[in-house]
Amino acid sequence: MRKALVLALLSLAAAGLFAQPVSVEFWHAMGGKNGEITTAIAEKFNASQSDYRVTAVFKGSYPDTMNAGIAAFRAGSPPAILQVFEVGTATMMAAKGAIKPVYQLMAEQGEKFDPKVYIPTITSYYSTAKGEMLSLPYNSSTAVFYYNKDAFRKAGLNPDKPPATWPELFEAARKLKSAGYEYGLTTNWISWIQLENFCAWHNIPYGTRSNGFEGFDTQFVINSELPIRHFTNIYNLSKEKVFVYGGRENKANSLFTSGQVPIHFESIGGYGNMKATCKFDFGVARLPYYPDVPGAPQNSCIGGASLWVMGKKSREEYKAVAKFFTFLSSPEIQALWHQQTGYLPITRAAYELTKKQGFYNENPGPEVAILQLLNKPPTPNSMGIRFGFMPQIREIIDEEWEAILADKKTPKQGLDDMVRRGNEKLREFERINK
Amino acid sequence: MAKQYEFSARRLPYLLVLPQMIVVFLFFFWPAAQAMWQSLFIQDAFGLSLTFVGLENYLKLFKDPLYLDSLVRSFVYAGFVALIAMSVALFLAVQANRRIRGALFYKTMLVWPYAVATLVAGVLWMFMFNPNIGVLSYVLFKRFGVEWNYLLNDSQAFLLVTLAASWKQISYNFVFFVAGLQNVPASLVEASAIDGAGPFKRFWRIVFPLLSPTTFYLLVMNLVYAFFETFPIIHQVTQGGPGQATTMLVYKVYRDGVFNLDLGSSSAQSVVLMALVISLTILQFRFVERRVTY
Repeated sequence: MRKALVLALLSLAAAGLFAQPVSVEFWHAMGGKNGEITTAIAEKFNASQSDYRVTAVFKGSYPDTMNAGIAAFRAGSPPAILQVFEVGTATMMAAKGAIKPVYQLMAEQGEKFDPKVYIPTITSYYSTAKGEMLSLPYNSSTAVFYYNKDAFRKAGLNPDKPPATWPELFEAARKLKSAGYEYGLTTNWISWIQLENFCAWHNIPYGTRSNGFEGFDTQFVINSELPIRHFTNIYNLSKEKVFVYGGRENKANSLFTSGQVPIHFESIGGYGNMKATCKFDFGVARLPYYPDVPGAPQNSCIGGASLWVMGKKSREEYKAVAKFFTFLSSPEIQALWHQQTGYLPITRAAYELTKKQGFYNENPGPEVAILQLLNKPPTPNSMGIRFGFMPQIREIIDEEWEAILADKKTPKQGLDDMVRRGNEKLREFERINK
Repeated sequence: MAKQYEFSARRLPYLLVLPQMIVVFLFFFWPAAQAMWQSLFIQDAFGLSLTFVGLENYLKLFKDPLYLDSLVRSFVYAGFVALIAMSVALFLAVQANRRIRGALFYKTMLVWPYAVATLVAGVLWMFMFNPNIGVLSYVLFKRFGVEWNYLLNDSQAFLLVTLAASWKQISYNFVFFVAGLQNVPASLVEASAIDGAGPFKRFWRIVFPLLSPTTFYLLVMNLVYAFFETFPIIHQVTQGGPGQATTMLVYKVYRDGVFNLDLGSSSAQSVVLMALVISLTILQFRFVERRVTY
């Protein structure tokens, strides 16, 4: 009797639930203004239809968010959508039972999905070697350099014609130093800008097996002629006190924004911050290249994060995710995201729309970055990188780079040690993810 | 003889300590046991493939010269942090314990840094000593000609994190030393003064031995603090660099576990760290405590 009553109540409750929209969670690492915009986009999606509901939940930093997602998966209740930073891509991809590749999801749900509408350099980073999209790019940026136009004028350089090649840039940096600046040049993110993007831009490999896209049995090859030459050049400039090291990650920003150093390599994602903090006229220019390298410049590669769909979810929930991804990829939403956050749009249509709206007249910086990504169709050397334990490997690169600048190693020794220590990590990752 | 209390009901005492025991079990013993278990495996981040490897994770650690360096470095670091934080705190406590005008003000001012979150302390020190924008690095260079660049100079980086970590702990030590000093009977100090002992002798012969329980307790706490709790400072100021000049054991555990999701190695490292601190504490209780007068 009691059992029957409970059953009756349960079925009533279930019937009530069916009228409710299907609800899925989206865990992300976007703090501050970017977090507000993320929430606003989810709200817009919820308001646009009544069958599905996406709840955006802020989970802290990138590693925090990834760890929260993994812990939730281990406990059996992962969110439907998890934002993961680009260097976590290999880890996510290797977890075959834990994730649902986006191309599969879209096909299963019969959602209209044309990979060609996306900007290839952005989607290739999160796709298999065959071009199947594993995760949906969310916030993407690329490396550019910022230069202080006032300083260029002071040093007799043309502020509307930033240096296009590395030799020209080194010359400009020396001139800026002689014009009275403490240093001429600095950079953030040694690994991401001066190696990952550097190799893509010059169309030379970072690792074997298409930079790791074709398998975990890959090896680093960054101790080749060109990176050695590049690191030697920067090392020499540092001896001349033309180049200054500002620290790991994005710690060098203050050198540029304070006006001390007029040339600075940084992500286009930092454009808004630069606009808010620089009290001088500055420009954004595409990465320089070595003119004797055949095919250079190729295209730069991206950084940022993408959205992974987690496994073990119901059909209804996957339907909700598929609808949300379609919504997210629409030109209007992409244009809004791009213009409000400074991250790059993931579709060409969003770029065209933004251009038509006249956004780049006021903000020329982001367009430089997009054109740099679109410069040429990506090659196996410039699609991006796919290595396990990448956060640790970037740290090894920082350590060896500091040893070079501190005169403990020659540039060649430093790069050799990056390759040796990095390869050890790759072997460990390969073994763990067999 | 201390008085013994007896509960009439047999279960009551167990019931009373139960909440505490549950907390200790859930938040200390359980995770520790998990770490020991996980350190015997290699596994991917999601736990989809689990391979038993025995003690391999440990063997790999002790074959890695960088890990051994970090081990030695962590001991030196913890020793310096404890020494600096305790001696400065003791000095300040003795000064503040004298009858001076505004003693309460000094005490309050000396205690408040403890309220600063460790991460925020790291940010403060980073800004003061940043070679490019730091106020103090500017003074060091312009006034004293010191080329301050902890981003590339190993010793300077080590010095900076040691000082920052010590600074953060001074307040905590100060509170305990002040409390300890107030328990030193004035009559003993006065008697020795009458016997002709000078201020130095009075302090080292009378006050300091009577403070030994406090000092001993603080020694244990400071070492534990330096080994386990200072990683936000390192994370904020140097991120373990330059090279690995400030990579301490606990920071490596965090990087390898949280950033890289290399759970096997990270677990093995935390077990090593735990074993180190347990044996250090046992040693202290065996050898240092004998010289402590309660």
